[in-house]
Amino acid sequence: MVIQGLAFYLFALMTVASGAMVITARNPVHSVLFLILAFFNSAALFLLMGAEFVAFILIIVYVGAVAVLFLFVVMMLDIDFARLREGFLNYLPIGALVGLILLVELLLVLGAWAILPESELRVTAPAPEAASGLTNTEALGNLIYTEYVYAFQVAGLVLLVAMIGAIVLTLRSRPVRRQRIADQVNRRPEDVLVVRKVDPGEGI
Amino acid sequence: MFEIGLSHYLTVAAALFTIGILGIFINRKNVIVILMSIELMLLAVNINLVAFSVALGDLMGQIFTLFVLTVAAAEAAIGLAILVVYFRNRGTIEVEDINLMKG
Repeated sequence: MVIQGLAFYLFALMTVASGAMVITARNPVHSVLFLILAFFNSAALFLLMGAEFVAFILIIVYVGAVAVLFLFVVMMLDIDFARLREGFLNYLPIGALVGLILLVELLLVLGAWAILPESELRVTAPAPEAASGLTNTEALGNLIYTEYVYAFQVAGLVLLVAMIGAIVLTLRSRPVRRQRIADQVNRRPEDVLVVRKVDPGEGI
Repeated sequence: MFEIGLSHYLTVAAALFTIGILGIFINRKNVIVILMSIELMLLAVNINLVAFSVALGDLMGQIFTLFVLTVAAAEAAIGLAILVVYFRNRGTIEVEDINLMKG
């Protein structure tokens, strides 16, 4: 139990600290790397809670796809990052104020809140008993592919639309000159040649 | 102190969410960091969902986490695509310059 507690404090502290580094790092590349660290640590928190599937999905989707996408964009764009940092301190007081108020409110809610006793009866998708031998991943799969299959399909559709949208937004068709044989064969002298009679000393 | 319960995870999520809000406020010019702050806030929401799911013994929270993750990935892809197009047209990504639509 002590080990578990220590692990929780380690991962929680690392998550919050790397989250703070994400927003304060000078270089956006460092920001992305700290974001990856935050994702890894929160995946460890999920593992501590016993939600293995979500933990690994977090690593695969967030670290493997989203964070690498950020890294690509940060490195591809030639941005003057020093200029973007200007005014960093101007917004710090108001930002700190809003953040502090929000944090205090959230912690107050946390202190004064209790779970409704009947909510135990309203569980929509009960987690499997430990004795049943069903792992977290199997239990989630049983639910996603049966009861929530339509929601799952819609999630796939969202990803498809996002993919098409991203491609449509960034696709740039440059005018490319290609040889068109048919046009060349169809070209007739009377289409392109004009014989004119030019009087001497006048020109056209 | 070493007994880790629901409220510990909720505290971490609250701190992470606050950091995300603060990031949006202090990085007013850098859209990339603002997008990263949004990712941090979504991560905090995910921590909340999974913590409640485990505490109540209800798998619905974890299923919802998957959908939040899907939407977050789609949002990041579209946001970065818009950012790339904007940079291509204007040569900068300063948010304060983005007032072409007079919104």
